[in-house]
Amino acid sequence: MKIKDLPQEELVTGSYACAGCGGILAVRLALKVLGKNTVIVTTPGCLLGVTTFYPQLAFKVPCVNITFPSTAAAISGVVAGLKKRGREGIKVVGIAGDGGTVDIGLQALSGALERGDNFIFICYDNEAYMNTGVQRSGATPLGANTTTTPVGKNSRGEDRPKKDMLRIVAAHDIAYAATASIGYPADYLRKVAKAMQARGAAYLHVLSPCPPGWGYASELTVELARLAVQTGAWQLAEYEGGEFKIQKVGREKPLSAYYALQARFAHLV
Amino acid sequence: MPSATTKLPAGPHLPTPCFGATTGSWRTHRPVIDASLCNHCLLCWLYCPEGCIERGEKLKVNLDFCKGCGICAHECPRRAINMLEEA
Amino acid sequence: MALRRFLNGNEALAEAVKLAGVEVVAAYPITPQSPVVEKIAEFISKGEMESEYIRVESEHAALAACYGAAVTGTRVFTATSSQGLAYMFEMLHYVSGSRMPVVMAVANRGMAAPWTIWADHQDSVSCRDTGWVQLYVENAQEALDTCLQAYKVGEDPQVLLPVMICLDGYTLSHTEEPVEVPEKEEVDAFLPPLRLPVALDVENPVVFCAGAGPELYTEFKYQQQQAMYAALLKLKEADAEFAARFGRSYGGTVEPYQCEDAAVILVTMGAVTGTAREVVDGLRACDQKVGLLKIKSFRPFPAQEIRDILSRAGAVAILERDCSYGYEGALCTEVKAALLGLDGPPKVYGFIGGLGGHDITREQITAIYRYCLEGVQPGYGTDHFLDVAGARDEN
Repeated sequence: MKIKDLPQEELVTGSYACAGCGGILAVRLALKVLGKNTVIVTTPGCLLGVTTFYPQLAFKVPCVNITFPSTAAAISGVVAGLKKRGREGIKVVGIAGDGGTVDIGLQALSGALERGDNFIFICYDNEAYMNTGVQRSGATPLGANTTTTPVGKNSRGEDRPKKDMLRIVAAHDIAYAATASIGYPADYLRKVAKAMQARGAAYLHVLSPCPPGWGYASELTVELARLAVQTGAWQLAEYEGGEFKIQKVGREKPLSAYYALQARFAHLV
Repeated sequence: MPSATTKLPAGPHLPTPCFGATTGSWRTHRPVIDASLCNHCLLCWLYCPEGCIERGEKLKVNLDFCKGCGICAHECPRRAINMLEEA
Repeated sequence: MALRRFLNGNEALAEAVKLAGVEVVAAYPITPQSPVVEKIAEFISKGEMESEYIRVESEHAALAACYGAAVTGTRVFTATSSQGLAYMFEMLHYVSGSRMPVVMAVANRGMAAPWTIWADHQDSVSCRDTGWVQLYVENAQEALDTCLQAYKVGEDPQVLLPVMICLDGYTLSHTEEPVEVPEKEEVDAFLPPLRLPVALDVENPVVFCAGAGPELYTEFKYQQQQAMYAALLKLKEADAEFAARFGRSYGGTVEPYQCEDAAVILVTMGAVTGTAREVVDGLRACDQKVGLLKIKSFRPFPAQEIRDILSRAGAVAILERDCSYGYEGALCTEVKAALLGLDGPPKVYGFIGGLGGHDITREQITAIYRYCLEGVQPGYGTDHFLDVAGARDEN
């Protein structure tokens, strides 16, 4: 996949996302591959707030907003409705943040994955509840300083490791699942394309740094998404045909190179 | 905000896209592309979260929507983009 | 020719769903609703009904899936009860605010705690303000007929609201009665295909349930209120057309019985109306001027009709299977409000009974009429609980 071959048309633009938002970049990039024959189903996390709040409506594809606990259930409804309408060619893509995916949305996602509906679910993971003000989520990494795991005399930040979502979705034996990072766009877009080809449910979990939530200057978003992989803080992996494949990435760096750039880990370096 | 005479749809289902405002005013720094250094690798275009770099013979930045995040300048392998402070 | 069959309320609803040509069903089983979704699954499995059936993992998901299917412009159905309805609460507002004409059956059941599986109306009455049209039915036939009317009214371009059909758990959901099942062609003539003003389409992209600032939010909420008022009229129209086509009428919003000259009128919702009807007949045979007003539509609330019918009575008794804790029965408050400002209004007595499946007997209803006929002033408050032995908390 060459950059110049990607379509020029922007299917999400003019959003109210923060400057340097990794989440909106993850969505913009995915839409380059997904194309216009797509319907997005999303939930009131950052993405909904910054793209579908009148009069700032940023998508050029239809978008169905739904409640946090039931994003994937609404996806099943849209898939069933489109089937009845004879419009099965339209790709139904659920997008939620880490909270809407690994925490409050997990039950519905499990249900939809297990039913085997034909859809793609993308989790843009910024590792905390960012839209409500950086509270920890099940995807917050060990040690991160958040507003509900504040560092203090009795606390060193988040005290539990990040939930392993790839293995959770893979346990449903779905057609395709992968982790990705916006720091590795070619790999990410290849995985979006693979998810589109999958017969049945496909799941993508893309690391999407958040400047205000992680505490770094906005120009470092892509750099951090790359460093996370290079330092082993995040792994690129795929689940396909019942097997996991962890991708080797060159230029291994010490974790401190990743932590040092972020205020949420300042107490650890 | 629709006026009293505008007919609202039944339910908050509104045609997209629709822009009530541009986001260019958020910017404190503006990207300036040095065409003599640019080799058209398009990484800036790829990494721009807003999709506001316009491809063409010469790359241009849509300043109506550029929020000045600086990712384009940081990622440019030839350092062809500088962030200049807005006057 | 319509077929006369022996069906319970759940089965009658399933027949209606089949007749209405529902395209997507999403539901999660709960007692006493389960047979309706089992029956629909059986219809689909036997090829008698061509519908997508989404076997969801919760009630919240059931209504979310209905919402997702509705935005594509398909006719949808779900059913639940009690705890399941409570679990749907967030989605109830979502669906009504989005103006999706989802139809849902609620097999009424009390709310835990204490744990119960038996009927009262607390579950649906607690959802009074969620923006759903709420229709209470008296028997299995009315359940079937109301379901067909629910799609007709809910999908009307001037209404576009979800409709809840409430039937008393077990008393109606599981009790078999002779039910006339109309022919598909007759139903098709009554119920046109669904046409939503906005449906999901990649050529004309729309954001469904966009966020709205305070001004726009208020506009949409005002529209919802206007749609509810429109539904009052449309319920009457649909009932009249249904009566002309099928020969059965339920008044659309309210159904008065022997009210014209009644000194005392009992106001009821749901299955207990059938028992009250018999009591009225008995008392009328003894020359007692008693009447009965069945509230079919709790939302929208037909306040003007209720006021007109009750204004001529000397006393009004409200018998309901719910309680607005800390005040009185919810229906009692509503009826009182409808009577405000009348010159010489009737005396109003509220009674709460039939909670958690407790029977309401003919004797009790007779006693209520007698109490009102004798003109005894109500005691403390008006929240007269039937069936209370008076056992008190030790503390």
